Amino acid sequence: MDCCGAKELKGHFLDEEVDLSLMDETLKKYKEVKGSLITILQYAQEIYGFLPMSVLEYISQETGIYSSQIYGVATFYTQFRLNPVGENLIMLCKGTACHVNGADGIEEAITEELGIKDGETTKDNVFTLNNVACLGCCSLSPVMMVNGETYGSLTPQKTKDILRELGKQTLEAKEGN
Amino acid sequence: MKVVVGLGSCGIAAGARKVYEELENQVNKLGMDIDLEITGCVGMCHLEPIVDIYDDEGRMERFVKVSGDKIVELVEKKLANEDDSTYRISSVDEEAIGKQVRIAIENCGIINPERLEEYIEKDGYKALEKCLKEMSQKDVIDEIRDSGLRGRGGAGFPTWFKWNAAMQEKNTPKFMVCNADEGDPGAFMDRSILEGDPHRLLEGMAIGAYAIGAEEGIIYVRAEYPLAIKRLDIAIKQARESGYLGKNIMGTGFNFDIRIKAGAGAFVCGEETALIASLEGERGMPRLKPPFPAQKGYWGQPTNINNVETFANVPWIIRKGGDAFAAYGTAQSKGTKVFALTGKIKKGGLVEVPMGMPIKEIIYGIGGGILNDKEFKAVQMGGPSGGCIPAFISDTTVDYESLGKVGAIMGSGGMVVMDESTCMVDMARFFLDFTRKESCGKCIHCRLGTKRMLEILERIVSGDGREGDIELLESLAVEVKDGSLCGLGQTAPNPVLSTIRYFRNEYEAHINEKKCPAKACKSLITYEIQDNCIGCGMCKRNCPVEAITGEPKLIHEIDQDICIKCGKCYEVCKFDAITIS
Repeated sequence: MDCCGAKELKGHFLDEEVDLSLMDETLKKYKEVKGSLITILQYAQEIYGFLPMSVLEYISQETGIYSSQIYGVATFYTQFRLNPVGENLIMLCKGTACHVNGADGIEEAITEELGIKDGETTKDNVFTLNNVACLGCCSLSPVMMVNGETYGSLTPQKTKDILRELGKQTLEAKEGN
Repeated sequence: MKVVVGLGSCGIAAGARKVYEELENQVNKLGMDIDLEITGCVGMCHLEPIVDIYDDEGRMERFVKVSGDKIVELVEKKLANEDDSTYRISSVDEEAIGKQVRIAIENCGIINPERLEEYIEKDGYKALEKCLKEMSQKDVIDEIRDSGLRGRGGAGFPTWFKWNAAMQEKNTPKFMVCNADEGDPGAFMDRSILEGDPHRLLEGMAIGAYAIGAEEGIIYVRAEYPLAIKRLDIAIKQARESGYLGKNIMGTGFNFDIRIKAGAGAFVCGEETALIASLEGERGMPRLKPPFPAQKGYWGQPTNINNVETFANVPWIIRKGGDAFAAYGTAQSKGTKVFALTGKIKKGGLVEVPMGMPIKEIIYGIGGGILNDKEFKAVQMGGPSGGCIPAFISDTTVDYESLGKVGAIMGSGGMVVMDESTCMVDMARFFLDFTRKESCGKCIHCRLGTKRMLEILERIVSGDGREGDIELLESLAVEVKDGSLCGLGQTAPNPVLSTIRYFRNEYEAHINEKKCPAKACKSLITYEIQDNCIGCGMCKRNCPVEAITGEPKLIHEIDQDICIKCGKCYEVCKFDAITIS
């Protein structure tokens, strides 16, 4: 795990106004169940899309778990994010089979198309790129998963086409509203 | 007529969902007269989407690579009794299944994983019934001992021994935990079992729980496997409703229930004590053993942890007897093992074969050989903890002992095939990059040692390797192994050591000659346009940095100072006029 310097600590948190009461049901259910911190954080991320600082503090208040410990758990596991993500989350598989079959080229194609690198979000907030260890679809490598949908046997061009189509759909949906 | 569509994650990624939806639409809206079912992954991922059509006598015909646009036509033809062999599976591919021995994944890709009845039809829960009604705890453990079953998650520890240790503990409550945190990049057999035959896991866990005297079971499953979690959830509910889980199972007084805990993504949680820490809501960091989990595990109570594939073998062993299982395999490695065959292979997927089969036989006999008929270079076994086995010893057999001798491990069964275009130094760098990120940070040698090793490998692949780097890597490797508490650090240097052992010349070429023999490391290659260029301009138009110049119909040229070595020109040239050196 990368170490996180104290100086950068504040920079990690992009705190937005969030409705803490959305957590109440989860906290009521789990705060007395020992060992459920990870489960609580998973629910929190599902609700807010990421883990805002104020929510972590709220969890600490309600459960009595030290906030340092909560931060420790939130930064240990790759699933947890301390910053919001774009509307489409691209999980690019960097597992062994994908690596052997050219996942680096796919990453370059994504960077070329969207101008973002691993962990970054596009300025218009439409895409976030996250590299992941393995999605378990090795026979279709290289693979990426966008919003839970898996796309296999990628080529740089195919990847760009998929992203263009998804970007278009996102824009259309916005205009539709 | 029954139509079964394979809906595992890999099938869905290949377009099986659309195939299913097209048929569903026909059945629901247009009244097509078929029974439509789903199933899990049969293991032939390279042929997905796969559709099995059963006629009224129960004869099955298998169709592969069926697209959503064509499925309705295909089924209509079958309904009209017309023969259509366009999508029928080839006899070669059928034979590839015939060469396997399926125990752990015997039902995967055959039954509907969301229907308990189909599992019951395949003798489901009979083994549990036999244990509860006819066997003592000791009988169960003896049967597992006779089978010779060893843990399929990586270390290969005898399963009966762990069960026996947990059984002998007086302290209650005890816990039965399934490690479904399949973190090895390149392995997906556990996902396939979870998605394709979830009841099998539940039955195996219940049998183990009975043997050790546990009443609570937990499945720790990767959050990256949403479909597996969904199907497990369905299976657990069904098992409870039908009395295979819960209080007083089958009227025998045995109580056992299972819950799912979604992991949050950390490779180190495959280690038992780290997994327990994670179950308790902590950072998943390993601790010193002893005490072993069998003595002090989850919340300090006796806990037994096995991997998914291990549990999936258990019901079969109880039904058919330990001796039947031990009849497969070698003297020390009994039974079968599921391998995930991926990488530069023609027919990638899951294969289950008896232990002791030569690697070559798996790659050529079942996997169909190397993609694009390139030259087979090596196979990586056991993921980031394992090692590379070069082609010249590919007659090594797959069993715990033989693999250990050549510097690899069985691991969870990932088998990544590499051809001549894969750079072995880059492979070592890739694995070190992985273990460095996944090191939990507790042991200094693992946390810093992997980082230093990675830095050395990075400079070698970028052409800045120094004399003595190989020796430095070797000595660091020994220290990281010695100075780490858990399996992650103890095995992290293996990919480096095994590539140095078999491909030292590649390391030397990178360091001394600044050349990458596989022509894969970007800093060490140049793209050049040869005289057979016809000046079509394709490369020039596609170059992202305008490094290519040339008039139409004349030989073009690459400015090496501008070239970023993206390889785009090489990809688009239709005349093979661009070479890499």
